[in-house]
Amino acid sequence: MKILALDSSGLVASVAVVEDDVTVAEYTLNYKKTHSQTLLPMLDEIRRMTELDLNTIDALAVASGPGSFTGLRIGSATAKGLGLALSLPIIPVPTVDALAYNLYGSEKLICPLMDARRNQVYTGLYTFKGDTLVTIEPQCAVDIADIISHINEIGKAAVFLGDGVCVYQERIAGLVRVSYEFAPPCCNRQRAACVAALGEKLYRAGVVQEAAQHTPDYLRLSQAERERNQKSKEG
Amino acid sequence: MILKDLTYMDKKEDVLILAIESSCDETAAAVVKNGRTVLSNIISSQIALHTLYGGVVPEIASRKHIEKINQVIEEALLKADTKLEDITAIAVTYGPGLVGALLVGVSEAKAISFATRKPLIGVHHIEGHISANFIENKDLEPPFVCLVVSGGHTHLVVVRDYGTYEILGCTRDDAAGEAFDKVARAIGLGYPGGPKIDRLSKEGNPEAIAFPRAKVDGASYDFSFSGLKSAVLNYLNSCDMKGIEINRADVAASFQKAVIDVLVEHSLHAVQEYGFRKFAIAGGVASNSALRAAFKAECAKRNITFYHPSPVLCTDNAAMIGTAGYYEYVKGVRSSYDLNAVPNLKLGER
Repeated sequence: MKILALDSSGLVASVAVVEDDVTVAEYTLNYKKTHSQTLLPMLDEIRRMTELDLNTIDALAVASGPGSFTGLRIGSATAKGLGLALSLPIIPVPTVDALAYNLYGSEKLICPLMDARRNQVYTGLYTFKGDTLVTIEPQCAVDIADIISHINEIGKAAVFLGDGVCVYQERIAGLVRVSYEFAPPCCNRQRAACVAALGEKLYRAGVVQEAAQHTPDYLRLSQAERERNQKSKEG
Repeated sequence: MILKDLTYMDKKEDVLILAIESSCDETAAAVVKNGRTVLSNIISSQIALHTLYGGVVPEIASRKHIEKINQVIEEALLKADTKLEDITAIAVTYGPGLVGALLVGVSEAKAISFATRKPLIGVHHIEGHISANFIENKDLEPPFVCLVVSGGHTHLVVVRDYGTYEILGCTRDDAAGEAFDKVARAIGLGYPGGPKIDRLSKEGNPEAIAFPRAKVDGASYDFSFSGLKSAVLNYLNSCDMKGIEINRADVAASFQKAVIDVLVEHSLHAVQEYGFRKFAIAGGVASNSALRAAFKAECAKRNITFYHPSPVLCTDNAAMIGTAGYYEYVKGVRSSYDLNAVPNLKLGER
């Protein structure tokens, strides 16, 4: 099975082509350019360098949220355009799950952190049992203190990764009461090969959408909707 | 943008443009043949949704675009009885507009262009509005003067040639449509203000209240509507304080007349000055019935041919982007895969 995967949920833009057990190509950028300027040129480069015939792709996997609202939509719209043109289905891969998949095989508590602004992180808690990613706390938008208190309750050694680590390093040091470490740079950010690998598992479990039906899973309402809900609650 | 060989000249095949527009609150796709024949024009409007908030909410607009975009494109292809492989090129609005909204269309169009290896053409939204006039007026060709009036734009433009514009003037503050929305809100009509003021004005006296006709010193083609808007708000306040009952229809009609007088005077002055016998209007406000009637009458008096798109082509749509995209295509304009959304894109810039 050949999967084309995209991740533009955070600061990183990443594109990969994974065929069965082999990553044919992966291109990851963590640079100031916007994803809309990088994602398609990166994919184009992969097509040229690997003589990729798009018609041999079986499915598209996309980091489907949470993340930067605009970043998610660039990834989703790209996947939807490819899906429309090539008649391919989309596998929506939860962003935080895919981040955790970077640490395949770790029996520690895996805690991905993405800066979600408004004093929150997009996070979750995971561990591996054999080759299976086990979700302890599903991906969510919470205060950093909430997820750390959950880690302290469980009391197992933890490993943190994601672009939220540098933002919350001091808070982590102040709050965590278990032994912990930060994942190294080879596996501490979004990587499309992880999205593809986890995507294949999801695909086999039947998690797949028609391209037309796919939308990002933002985990949050827009600010206008939140304020409107708040008002109607109060009034 | 890359200029390519004009090899299209050798071929006599039809040029079919698939166009995508998502700059504000309409998700739209169209198939346009040879620039002027619209095979399909699908618009998914979000107006009902944004009415809850009294105006367009950018994040909600962007979310709605990504939900609808594939269905809209698929329907456009279906209605046009066209397969994607028969399409010659993909055109997409890349500015100006709401950046998050634009990015949905731009990302989608780039992916389709990449997957099908069809050329990609980034189109200026206002250029699209102006080009809407070419669709129903097969005889219209540049040069002519065009007034673009919408919720976000008020531009007086000389269309020198296809894709070549000279901006004579624009608004210094509020766009004309924005003034309609703000005044509509002040007299309790709600969003969207344009059509509601248009309707209510029919019952009012346009001479009832003397609202100002603003001129911009030293820039005879520029517009300013914020003073007019303030004058309306002051009038409403002073009536309120004096306990005078407000005739909303008179306020709407007098305000509308003040806007139209300025638009007509500036526009026809430009037509005379530049010596063209052709004048066109475009943009959402161009479907205002009193505006159309005023231009029709004044142009007839001066022996100027007056062009205007039908209402469905005045509102944001993709057919107009297909038409503008066609003329860019035949000039050899192509966009590359790093095409980005440009929220403040100026007319005539690339």
